[in-house]
Amino acid sequence: MTSELDIFVGNTTLIDEDVYRLWLDGYSVNDAVALRVRSGILEQTGATAGVLQSDTMDHYRTFHMLERLLHAPPKLLHQLIFQIPPSRQALLIERYYTFDEAFVREVLGKKLSKGTKKDLDDISTKTGITLKSCRRQFDNFKRVFKVVEEMRGSLVDNIQQHFLLSDRLARDYAAIVFFANNRFETGKKKLQYLSFGDFAFCAELMIQNWTLGAVGEAPTDPDSQMDDMDVDLDKEFLQDLKELKVLVADKDLLDLHKSLVCTALRGKLSVFSEMETNFKNLSRGLVNVAAKLTHNKDVRDLFVDLVEKFVEPCRSDHWPLSDVRLFLNQYSVSVHSLDGFRHQTLWDRYMGTLRGCLLRLYHD
Amino acid sequence: MPGKLKVKIVAGRHLPVMDRASDLTDAFVEVKFGNTTFKTDVYLKSLNPQWNSEWFKFEVDDEDLQDEPLQITVLDHDTYSANDAIGKVYIDIDPLLYSEAATVISGWFPIYDTIHGIRGEINVVVKVDLFNDLNRFRQSSCGVKFFCTTSIPKCYRAVVIHGFVEELVVNEDPEYQWIDRIRTPRASNEARQRLISLMSGELQRKIGLKVLEMRGNAVVGYLQCFDLEGESGLVVRAIGTACTLDKLSSPATFLPACNSPSKEMKESPLVHPPSHGCRSTHNSPIHTATGSRLTQSFSVSVPTLIYTGMGSGSAGKEGGPFKALLRQQTQSALEQRGGSPHRFCRRREFPFLTLTAFPPGLLVHVGGVVSARSVKLLDRIHNPDEPETRDAWWAEIRQEIKSHAKALGCHAVVGYSESTSICEEVCILSASGTAAVLSPRFLQEGTVDGSLEQRVEENLPVGCGFCHIPYDELNMPFPAHLTHCYNCRKQKVPDVLFTTIDLPTDAVVIGKGCLIQARLCRLKKKAQAEANATAISNLLPFMEYEVHTQLMNKLKLKGMNALFGLRIQITVGENMLMGLASATGVYLAALPMPGGIQIAGKTPSDGSYEQHISHMQKKINDTIAKNKELYEINPPEVSEEIIGSPIPEPRQRSRLLRSQSESSDEVTELDLSHGKKDAFVLEIDDTDAMEDVHSLLTDVPPPSGFYSCNTEIMPGINNWTSEIQMFTSVRVVRLSSLNLTNQALNKNFNGLCENLLKSLYFKLRSMTPCCLCHVNFTVSLPEDELIQVTVTAVAITFDKNQALQTTKAHAEKSLQRASTDNEELLQFPLELCSDSVPSHAFPAAKEHPESASSNSGTPAAQRATSVDYSSFADRCSSWIELIKLKAQTIRRGSIKTTVTVEKASPMGDGNFRNRSAPPCAGSTVGVVKMTPLSFIPGAKITKYLGIINMFFIRETTSLREEGGVSGFLHTFIAEVFAMVRAHVAALGGNAVVSYIMKQCVFMENPSKNQAQCLINVSGDAVVFVRESDLEVMSTQQPAVNCQPTCTGEVTT
Repeated sequence: MTSELDIFVGNTTLIDEDVYRLWLDGYSVNDAVALRVRSGILEQTGATAGVLQSDTMDHYRTFHMLERLLHAPPKLLHQLIFQIPPSRQALLIERYYTFDEAFVREVLGKKLSKGTKKDLDDISTKTGITLKSCRRQFDNFKRVFKVVEEMRGSLVDNIQQHFLLSDRLARDYAAIVFFANNRFETGKKKLQYLSFGDFAFCAELMIQNWTLGAVGEAPTDPDSQMDDMDVDLDKEFLQDLKELKVLVADKDLLDLHKSLVCTALRGKLSVFSEMETNFKNLSRGLVNVAAKLTHNKDVRDLFVDLVEKFVEPCRSDHWPLSDVRLFLNQYSVSVHSLDGFRHQTLWDRYMGTLRGCLLRLYHD
Repeated sequence: MPGKLKVKIVAGRHLPVMDRASDLTDAFVEVKFGNTTFKTDVYLKSLNPQWNSEWFKFEVDDEDLQDEPLQITVLDHDTYSANDAIGKVYIDIDPLLYSEAATVISGWFPIYDTIHGIRGEINVVVKVDLFNDLNRFRQSSCGVKFFCTTSIPKCYRAVVIHGFVEELVVNEDPEYQWIDRIRTPRASNEARQRLISLMSGELQRKIGLKVLEMRGNAVVGYLQCFDLEGESGLVVRAIGTACTLDKLSSPATFLPACNSPSKEMKESPLVHPPSHGCRSTHNSPIHTATGSRLTQSFSVSVPTLIYTGMGSGSAGKEGGPFKALLRQQTQSALEQRGGSPHRFCRRREFPFLTLTAFPPGLLVHVGGVVSARSVKLLDRIHNPDEPETRDAWWAEIRQEIKSHAKALGCHAVVGYSESTSICEEVCILSASGTAAVLSPRFLQEGTVDGSLEQRVEENLPVGCGFCHIPYDELNMPFPAHLTHCYNCRKQKVPDVLFTTIDLPTDAVVIGKGCLIQARLCRLKKKAQAEANATAISNLLPFMEYEVHTQLMNKLKLKGMNALFGLRIQITVGENMLMGLASATGVYLAALPMPGGIQIAGKTPSDGSYEQHISHMQKKINDTIAKNKELYEINPPEVSEEIIGSPIPEPRQRSRLLRSQSESSDEVTELDLSHGKKDAFVLEIDDTDAMEDVHSLLTDVPPPSGFYSCNTEIMPGINNWTSEIQMFTSVRVVRLSSLNLTNQALNKNFNGLCENLLKSLYFKLRSMTPCCLCHVNFTVSLPEDELIQVTVTAVAITFDKNQALQTTKAHAEKSLQRASTDNEELLQFPLELCSDSVPSHAFPAAKEHPESASSNSGTPAAQRATSVDYSSFADRCSSWIELIKLKAQTIRRGSIKTTVTVEKASPMGDGNFRNRSAPPCAGSTVGVVKMTPLSFIPGAKITKYLGIINMFFIRETTSLREEGGVSGFLHTFIAEVFAMVRAHVAALGGNAVVSYIMKQCVFMENPSKNQAQCLINVSGDAVVFVRESDLEVMSTQQPAVNCQPTCTGEVTT
């Protein structure tokens, strides 16, 4: 006796969260059944393996049918075929768009193209995430990217509106889109210690301050950026950053800057002497990063540069984080006291964001 | 020109991409009603077109309004080639044709294509203006309300229950017409959908006419079915119960109703039964399987079909009604002779009610289950000269049912239903119901005066009256053990009671109930035509008998003594027959405690065998004990405290009686004397019997936290919470053709059903504690070696904590209920048509001369055999004789639309729709609940919006791409649910009650990558209000308090 057909359709669509998780993780029906058996569900419920198999198949089929709608979440809300309570709809969407840290670190900043898609095999092997799940996550990134890429207004808002994601997840996607668009390098070995959260934090700061959407607006007010682009860095701003070069090119200015910082921090840093000896190198590094951002390639290497030019030197001297914070604050503020320097606003726009990023990037 | 239909096409959304080049669609809409078609403008390049059309107006007869569906087709405009159809929406506008229901249909409908499924949605507004000045109904029956619900709908009360209405319409099946060879599958499917829609409209209109003739205004328990007879055509048939209903909340109708006394009643209703009663023939000898001891593999000391008895009917009174019956019989015989019977008489012929739950006081006694089956050969040749063949077939079956009921001393059949099973050219027609004695109060017009009322009450002890036997104790139709009622101790009751109805609300039940199923397969040789029909007929009685034996055994095993909601389905396939019986077992406090099951070996000499037997016996005893604990059956000592029976004394008395009955058993049970006298003896003399006993023990009880039943509510649970989940589950299994023996088949089938139930419990585990209610199994045999089982049920959660306290609450509640019942009786004393008395006739048995041979033969044979079990073989051979006879007289079917030219009497009782009625606003509904029950837990139904009756076909030529058969059917069923919900929402409703999937015909051809499925569903669209919300409302407007009892059982 073989089962030809076996279905269960509820007026309210049944969603089993555990099975949904297994499905999202890309397990085949048989693997999912095996995993469920291992979870001890048979003992708890007194069910048989056959029952579990049939149940899993059913859920998988439902999820498969729902997947088309999940690609455009507003459709899930308006469709009539599946009656699903709103809280469950939200759960379905949120979980579908949730991604694995390990996976996102692999593709963050990469071009979301067919080429990258071909590498998913390797990523799967490397991360232990099933290929199916990798594909879903990659396709999610790509889909969100495609939809919001050319859209005006706040990136986070756009994502939330078109994909009905939670605020947290929408912010993460904004970071992914931002990174993919600017192709920031995140895969280098020396960047491996950084988490997705670190990058997402930086992305958010950069979106708020360095994009077209940030021009002329209070950086913390996302609502007022309706007519602007959040995805691209402000080209004009990047161009202007060249002006900062004077801070290191002009020796007097550099010395003055150093003395201002050292005076202010004397006795306050545990690594004062190291700071003093390294000041010029550090300042040169930070300013040169700014000056190079006109070239796309250097934009991509932004994080590599920051780590190489700032994080690593400090780390090798064992700066505590509090000292880094004190230093960066003083380093930024002291520029205001440099009479010969005319680009205070530019400096603040650059350094404000960079300070935030560096503090976040500075850890083991 | 009695009506104007107005349609407006507002917008579309989520349309499919029809133009690959632009990824867009140029959509427009055709709106068709009858032969008139309107079109909207083409809305260019959009998947979300905004047509915002003018009002399309159709001026039509109300007859067409009833018959025709509104047909909306969405197309993609193509300048150079033919326009492509995107999909269609059929809207049944019937709900707009009577007042009280919906006033406007407005909402998003899924656009459905038979090949692609749902493709986007369309927003439509439909209104109907009926012209008030035209006061003649002619061929139409606008205004008659239809309900699928098999009880009096919650916000109505029954003024009169007029009785049985039936009709059938026949046509050629478009799928089998010559043109089908040249048209596309889509065109063919659409032709079929449209035809069936038309036919059901026509059918409903005709039934409506009959109701108007009977002076009713509604059909309750409306059940419409399709018989896909293949080559020989398409039959759409319906049965229902005609009633005059009054809306409860409208004080205007309320007052006059109270005061309108038609005091024509000359005879006391007790002495004069409602005279719904007749008798007739027996085609395939089903009922015979009733009372019998047998020589088969085991012997049975109790009849497999049990009938129960009369409370008020002492032997002395029995003579009265009997004479009356005889008188009527001759009367109607006269009528019959006087030429073709007028419809008015014909409908009175069958005192059947399709109801399964009754207004308080209506059901007096229950006799037991009566059923009849008949095997017919469908004719290949279209023969327009015999349009009435199908009608005659059913009439024959109904006559038979009637005669069985009469044999049980009952004048009526309740919980009546009809079904068919078709395989190629063979068709089994089945009908079943519960023989009953009804109080005439609702059936005849006339006021019941106070004294009479009291007498009725006196004679109906609360909670047990219906169990009392209606037949004469001294002249029983079959051998049964009678004892005094354990509840009132005044009247006699049988030891077991089977019925097809729901458990009466006032019945005193001990413990909880459970779903009991009997499952059976029988192989049959492949044969053609008459030979095939004969083979099937020969098998039927054996199957029927075994199904009943199984039911009885399982009931005993559960320690219970009554079955409710019994539904036996016999399905015919190419090479086998399947029987599936489902019912809800309960322990009725009024009936004696069931004895155990005793196993007896045939060859007691063998020691190890003996040991095996005793081992088995122990297992059975353990199971019974376990079940009693599981279902909380602890009678009667504890029970009386639980139930709150007022007098402690009867307990002792009843025990006394018990012992009496035990001793009396010795007289009846002459064959075997094993241990306890009242034990049920299973004799094991071969492996078959062994298997049977084993299969008894394989049924696993539901996991803890789960209960299941196939009735509306679960006895013993009354604290429902509001979470409900209706579902449909379908399984198809392929049998490996190697091991096709009856044994293997049975085992497979049993496993299939048990696994299905297990799966359901597992899937719904998050809802526990919960109860699966109205579990409805349907078996079909789509091909050789394929078995399809379809289950629809609803899971309802209940509060476990409350359950512990319910015993008290229950007692209080029943008291309360009793008092409200009384109130209701006093408030609505107005009943029923005295003119019905003479016309409720008992036509002579030979009404259908062509079937006279069998008519006269069978019942006699049955009665004889039911007394003498040893003649089982004789009986069988007599059946075979009979069937041979039958086979020769098998009439050839034919197909033609039956034309009923009924000039309806003008009826101007204001059933016209109130034109100024405001559309029911405020009910913006997101969620639409669906349930096979007639109520929604924790909520009150405030309005019935009309019947939902939908038929869909889905076909695919890319089965693999759609996820195989499972993917295909899963999607289709989900789509059907979606379309039902959309229609309900468009009517302004938020739930479907009494939902039923009447047909799910699935055919596949995997080698061609094709599959097709037909689904027919129906239900009542309603508006419900949560009880919590209602309380707020009722404080604001006290007028709502009219009927606090309606949903009282589900307080949150």
